[in-house]
Amino acid sequence: MVLLDFIRYHQHLMGTKIGCREGDCGACTVLVGELTDSQLRYRSMTCCLMPLGNAAGKHIVTIEGINPADRELNPIQQAMTDEGATQCGFCTPGFVISLAGFCLDHKKPSYKAAIAAIDGNICRCTGYKSIERAAAKITDLLKDRDNEEPTSFVSRAKLLPAYFSTIKARLQTLTDANESDHLATGSERSKSIIVGGGTDLYVQRHDTMVHSDIRVTGAYPGQQHIALEGDVCTIGPGVTVSDLAVSPIIQEAFPEFPRYMKLVSSTPIRNMATIAGNFINASPIGDFTIFFLALDAQLELSTKPESRKSRTMPLRRLYKGYKQLDMLEGEYIRRIMFRLPARTELFHFEKVSKRMHLDIATVNTAIHLRMMNDTIKNAGLSAGGVGPVPLFLQKTSEYLTGKSINRENILEAINIAQTEISPISDARGTKEYKRLLLTQLLKAHFISLFPINEKLNLLENG
Amino acid sequence: MKNIDSYTHVRGESIYLDDIPVVQGTLYAAVFDSPIAHGRIKAIDLSVAGSIKGVERIFTSSDIPGENQIGGIVPDEELFATTHVHFCGMPIVMVVAESEEIARLAVSKIKVDIEPLPIITDPREAWEKGELIIPPRTFKLGDTTSAWEKCDHVFEGRTETNGQEHLYIETQGAYALPLENGTIRIYSSTQGPTAVQRTAARVLGIPMHRLEVDTTRLGGGFGGKEDQATTWGIMCALATWHLKRPVKYSLHRMEDMRMTGKRHPYSADFKIGLSKDLKILAYEVTFYQNAGAAADLSPAVMERTLFHCTSSYFIPHVLATAYSCRTHLPPNTAFRGFGGPQGMFVIEAAIAKTANALGVPASDIQQQNLLRTGDEFPYGQKAESEANECWNKAIELYDLSRLRKEIDEHNSVNKQYKKGLALMPICFGISFTKTMMNQARSLVHVYTDGSVGVSTGAVEMGQGVNTKMLQVAASIFSIDPALVRINSTNTYRIANTSPSAASATADLNGRATEIACQEILKRLKKVAAEEFSAGEDEIEIKDNWVFAKSEKTTWEWKRLVFETYFRRISLSELAHYTPPGIHYDLKKEKGHPFAYHVYGTAIITVTIDCLRGTYDFDSVKVVHDFGNSMNEVIDIGQCEGGIVQGIGWMTIEEIVYDKEGRLRSNALSTYKVPDIYSVPKEITIHFLDTKKPNLAIFGSKAVGEPPLLYGIGAYFALRNAIKAFNPTVDIAYDAPMTPEKVLMNLYSKSNR
Repeated sequence: MVLLDFIRYHQHLMGTKIGCREGDCGACTVLVGELTDSQLRYRSMTCCLMPLGNAAGKHIVTIEGINPADRELNPIQQAMTDEGATQCGFCTPGFVISLAGFCLDHKKPSYKAAIAAIDGNICRCTGYKSIERAAAKITDLLKDRDNEEPTSFVSRAKLLPAYFSTIKARLQTLTDANESDHLATGSERSKSIIVGGGTDLYVQRHDTMVHSDIRVTGAYPGQQHIALEGDVCTIGPGVTVSDLAVSPIIQEAFPEFPRYMKLVSSTPIRNMATIAGNFINASPIGDFTIFFLALDAQLELSTKPESRKSRTMPLRRLYKGYKQLDMLEGEYIRRIMFRLPARTELFHFEKVSKRMHLDIATVNTAIHLRMMNDTIKNAGLSAGGVGPVPLFLQKTSEYLTGKSINRENILEAINIAQTEISPISDARGTKEYKRLLLTQLLKAHFISLFPINEKLNLLENG
Repeated sequence: MKNIDSYTHVRGESIYLDDIPVVQGTLYAAVFDSPIAHGRIKAIDLSVAGSIKGVERIFTSSDIPGENQIGGIVPDEELFATTHVHFCGMPIVMVVAESEEIARLAVSKIKVDIEPLPIITDPREAWEKGELIIPPRTFKLGDTTSAWEKCDHVFEGRTETNGQEHLYIETQGAYALPLENGTIRIYSSTQGPTAVQRTAARVLGIPMHRLEVDTTRLGGGFGGKEDQATTWGIMCALATWHLKRPVKYSLHRMEDMRMTGKRHPYSADFKIGLSKDLKILAYEVTFYQNAGAAADLSPAVMERTLFHCTSSYFIPHVLATAYSCRTHLPPNTAFRGFGGPQGMFVIEAAIAKTANALGVPASDIQQQNLLRTGDEFPYGQKAESEANECWNKAIELYDLSRLRKEIDEHNSVNKQYKKGLALMPICFGISFTKTMMNQARSLVHVYTDGSVGVSTGAVEMGQGVNTKMLQVAASIFSIDPALVRINSTNTYRIANTSPSAASATADLNGRATEIACQEILKRLKKVAAEEFSAGEDEIEIKDNWVFAKSEKTTWEWKRLVFETYFRRISLSELAHYTPPGIHYDLKKEKGHPFAYHVYGTAIITVTIDCLRGTYDFDSVKVVHDFGNSMNEVIDIGQCEGGIVQGIGWMTIEEIVYDKEGRLRSNALSTYKVPDIYSVPKEITIHFLDTKKPNLAIFGSKAVGEPPLLYGIGAYFALRNAIKAFNPTVDIAYDAPMTPEKVLMNLYSKSNR
């Protein structure tokens, strides 16, 4: 069962709405409060994709949980009302919850962050302008927060009910009690489907999944680590996109990471989706698969968390064919490892989709270059949406190795890339478009990485 | 006044179809729909599905006690397919089970053997084969044949506009409850409760008075629940009729997307002729409407395409013909604008093509030909125009020449990012084009405690109509709005309603409410006049108090109400309204079909990333004719929402059917509506200052559909930006302008 059905049909809390059941509309957004390193952190999630098991030990907040007890409106709700930011109202609880999530976020509040908090919420009535105006007002409400703990501030400023200030302690007792249970449930069921964030498995497969034997990753302890040993970064299987985004290790190595992340789905999905899940999903356009293919990530595969038996495989060799993996039954990704690019190395990610945000890529690509003066010492180039699997462009990468950055070499690399791909026409675009788009995005890599090199002249028409 | 539903909306306490508390014993329905677009049903195997524990009963067309027919305008659509299927998504079987999960599991075990037949998805192919829903219609003004020789410039071309998925966030659904003695209550997420009632009565073979259809509100409609909500209401009622059990069906998104029709795609040919000074003298246009597999509302939609084929321009010689073409797609249906936008796109394309060929800005041609008061539309009505007023105000207020200069300067120095601008004047006729449908009733009760209950035929779907109804009642009685409540829309309280559509809901139901309140007010004043020995015209109610001869009396509203009741005088009224002066002669294709028109002008600017083919809209600046707006917050909301929905239709919303008639853009992951990052950075709405009288409620013109038309300008702004990068490209008039088409055109070598 997914959390959404539990909330609506078992708890009869009808404020959480069903819009799409695939995480693409945000009508079912809830907040999930979790203790990490003794810090209480709330993240918005679309509960249509969340297996109920993943809610264990967490504080689940629905719209009913933030309504003031005195029949009044809280300032978030008041701002939405005053600005006419609700018309048919069906998406509204999702927006209110996402904005409550913004108020609970530890990041410094800004209008931009308020809008980012609702980037996973679709409204078909308002055209969003009134919602933007409400978001601006709500941002203002947080301007005096300073360094106060968000839960304490929202309780004190009556943005959210007072009980929020008690949650940390309550979760602590819950976590202590549950620790041992988790291990106990890690039983041997090699045929059951391992569910991470659920953001792929539940999409368009709700009817099958509710009848399936699943095993939530909550059963695997200690999976959310991001660690650095020497220059090798290791990522646990439970690490989500949002975990990566807040990691100082990642932030330092990839200064452009926030910009890339904005192109990848939406805030609630990034809060749920795991990097390992993105690999296993085997979508030919998985954004983080493309990202890590360029970086030559290695996977440690095992059948059990505690098992000594494991094997290591390059991500570049994981894909045998469309949605076919070189994995054994019961195996899962125990660790992801990659060499963190040094400051002198270059990395860039590009993605274009029909809608620029909250959409699946039509074509995406990543490039990783190690330079020696003007010459490429080593190149890793990947591309998605242009073949049955996420592609590492081996020939193109090999060609670029040893080349200097000039227009001729780049155009030749693009020609080679065109021989490595085999796009098909589908709802995301025709194959001709995908070929042209990859050409353009490869140019975009070089234009972005070498902005001062005007001689590249890659923008001409034709 | 703020939308009265805001309070429950923001608290998550508003009740939609799927939130109605479920009665014990409720069963759940799910539908097996055709996976084949056209074929003959050879066999239906229900054996496995029927043996699943928890399946209560499986229904097919043979279980229909009345008529297996849901067609409204033309009886050409079965509820359940009997011998043939006509589109992918056509219902064949319904399973009713103890839970949703079981019902859907059983559906997955149903096997239907279908012998495939040839499939048509293209309206022109249907036209060639004579597959027409109704005979073609032609609107004629002047004589184009003789006009061409007077033209200095003549251009011809072809256009395509794609469909649009409504994507109301609340999916379709219904919930039927058995009442005593063979009556059934149907909760339906519908814009047309009467349509559900009438059609269910036909299918069940029972009188309409046995069916109570109740609608509290919709989580969005946009036309998608005008006719196509009926199916689910009837299905639940059918199961309830058989089983005497409550039956609910709330569609999953993918079921909804593949089983329901969308905005009509159109293909069209045009020929336009102009004089040297850019006056459009003649215009011929032929529309090929992709109706889908059954009529649904297509004939009415086609009609509005013809009504709006000249948009906000006066053209003395017009010949416009439209064909409603039958294809093997789900029957296409009403969608905000109702065929109007499709007609207006073509004339804008004709103007753009002309402008491009003559090397003048399209706005020069647009401005030269704007409707003036007294100009005749091709259907005979004379314009009461605000077109020039809106246009002139827009170019002055937003400083068009400065905007143009900024764009030219930007484009001359910027290689990667190019800007484009377009103006979009609009004109939209208000009234149901089927004159008969322009009627409404309102039932107003004043209770003895002074509170007021209002029931109308209007369905609240986010457009704020209930707020406007409440404003009407509260302002006529001059009482605290908190004393007024708007009830659900219910066929037992208000009969024979027209659907909430055509932007006319607030006008029709508001005027009926106005009349009902005035009637009650008259009685109240009579009582007060007797009490305070004044003439009835000397009695006034102001802010909950009774005034006699301009002096505050001892009676407040509540006392007045009770005294009236005590004198055995009715505190209830059912009023009827129909707008005066509208008529239409179908034989001549002439008349006065619209109560009035709504006008406006938008200036739209866009920036294209010429490296990636992606784009952002910088601004949409509008001067809009609201008449005398009775609720600016709601009206601005309708404008902003309509503009964004229109831009969506013209840009990223792309319906994709394959040649087999299967919907490939069948989920939110493959069909993209605008998100918060894709809307224009700036939308400015200026209210045109006008004192002209009109037939709207309180002079506040209808606002639901017209703003969507501004979105058409987005397409032309994009074209202009593409041409700034690739000046010689020959861009097909083929909407939407997706990032794919932008990129392909930026790098296209085809010259015009």
